[in-house]
Amino acid sequence: MLQYEFMINAFAAAGVAAVVSGVVGYFLVMRGQTFAGHALSHIGFAGATGAGLIGLAPLWGLLGFTMAAGIVMGALSDRISNRDIAIGVVLSLALGFGLLFLHYYTSFATQATALLFGNVLAVDRGTIGTLAALGAVTIAALAAIMRPLIFATLQPELAEAKGVPMRFISTAFLAIVALAVSECAQIVGVLLVFTLMVGPPAAAQRVTTGLWSGLFAAAALALAEAWLGIVIAYDTDWPVSFCIAVLSAAAYFACLALSARQMRRPRHLHG
Amino acid sequence: MSPVVELDHATIRIGGRAVLTDASFAIQPGEFIGVLGPNGAGKTTLMRSILGLLPPSAGALRVFGKTPQCGDPTIGYLPQLRTVLPDLRVRGLDFIGASLNGERWGVPHLSPSARYMIETTLQAVGARELANRPLSQMSGGERQRLLLAQALIGNPKLLLLDEPLISLDARHQEVAIEVVRRVCRERGITVLFSAHELNQLLPAIDRVLYLGNGHAVLGSVDEVVTAPVLSRLYRTEIEVVRAAGHIFVMSHGSDVERAEHMHDHGEHEHHH
Repeated sequence: MLQYEFMINAFAAAGVAAVVSGVVGYFLVMRGQTFAGHALSHIGFAGATGAGLIGLAPLWGLLGFTMAAGIVMGALSDRISNRDIAIGVVLSLALGFGLLFLHYYTSFATQATALLFGNVLAVDRGTIGTLAALGAVTIAALAAIMRPLIFATLQPELAEAKGVPMRFISTAFLAIVALAVSECAQIVGVLLVFTLMVGPPAAAQRVTTGLWSGLFAAAALALAEAWLGIVIAYDTDWPVSFCIAVLSAAAYFACLALSARQMRRPRHLHG
Repeated sequence: MSPVVELDHATIRIGGRAVLTDASFAIQPGEFIGVLGPNGAGKTTLMRSILGLLPPSAGALRVFGKTPQCGDPTIGYLPQLRTVLPDLRVRGLDFIGASLNGERWGVPHLSPSARYMIETTLQAVGARELANRPLSQMSGGERQRLLLAQALIGNPKLLLLDEPLISLDARHQEVAIEVVRRVCRERGITVLFSAHELNQLLPAIDRVLYLGNGHAVLGSVDEVVTAPVLSRLYRTEIEVVRAAGHIFVMSHGSDVERAEHMHDHGEHEHHH
């Protein structure tokens, strides 16, 4: 299958997006903000269709909307008392706007499915370059704030006492998530970003408790699921995103079962 | 020797409410202070002020003779355990490792010396095996020991322990107090230890700091835990009954501290 250029492109694009998604998703899961990540991708849908309406590439609309929404969510996070509901209302509103933009730009409608569910087989070389550059920026930004981010996540009271700028960290992190969501949505679509951003890291955290081992496992698992998904899709002619979604769910539940079995092993309990 | 913590006519406010009004007291080096008082009396707030997170609106607060600065490494802090704990699949070693220089930018890195320091400190509080156990599998007592070890890392001179006994059963409460007392005596650390019940602390503490009704009274147990002083702090008529080495603080025939303990889980004085 590697004789086709579109397959090589698919592997390259999916590889970049999967690694970025796995690494960023690891922190998303650790912080318990997976729903925020899900919401950002829906908001991105409105951005992508809006960009189509004014003649821009969907990726830039996606990126602009998710970044803006991520920054606003991070800045408001303390003031939104019931975050899940507020986020849910905003994500529905964003999907609604996405529909409206589609309605006014009907020739774009064929691309709607690609936006919602991804179309990795249609990625061209230029897009791979863009994805690689965005991925590098995302990982570099994450590396820059990683130490205080982990501290603020695990022990917020103590981190605050040690002078960690809490609001800046949460805002910067959601901006990073927005970048990763935009990458991920290119491969599996806005509706399925969970498959690469949440599934692999959550599975990794079930089987390893070390920080670096968890990060590497999350990235490796995301990469394996993305590539294997493309291979299965090539052989079966099923949609790639469906294959990745199935693999992601299977890996997660397998790791869940594995860790449940480990927990049942007798251990001396005290304290 | 100059006091470790000194309040000089200090008033501390959160929002518009004065938690402490015109409070003055001085804690001396090496003292083990039990911090007591009704819910909302400002135990957490006082600790946050000592950490430099909340400067007094009037008067002065000095720690080691200076205005406290955020991030002072000479202060170890064990925040009040949150009642809702996330399902964190992070092992103890990485949990503590994240707090070492956690305020610096960049990628975390656990050097062999930092790792050794974490392991020896865990051993000092009798919790060596927690280094490789994920947080989600630790009991309340194990988490508290992990947090205590973390607060001790970096050899602080002052330790602020905010309700470290919550969620522990009676036996583990005793063990926790004993560990804190032993380690702090050995290292000459000054301790502020807040709690709901006085009796378990009696064998360990040098003096008691009672907070309530905007006031703070520091003194020996015999000076402070008396009907007139506590009646003023609780703003209700308090009786103090001493029996068989225990002290019971009663209001209208019921045990005040026990009643407080029941209602504890709503108390959070966080205002960011």
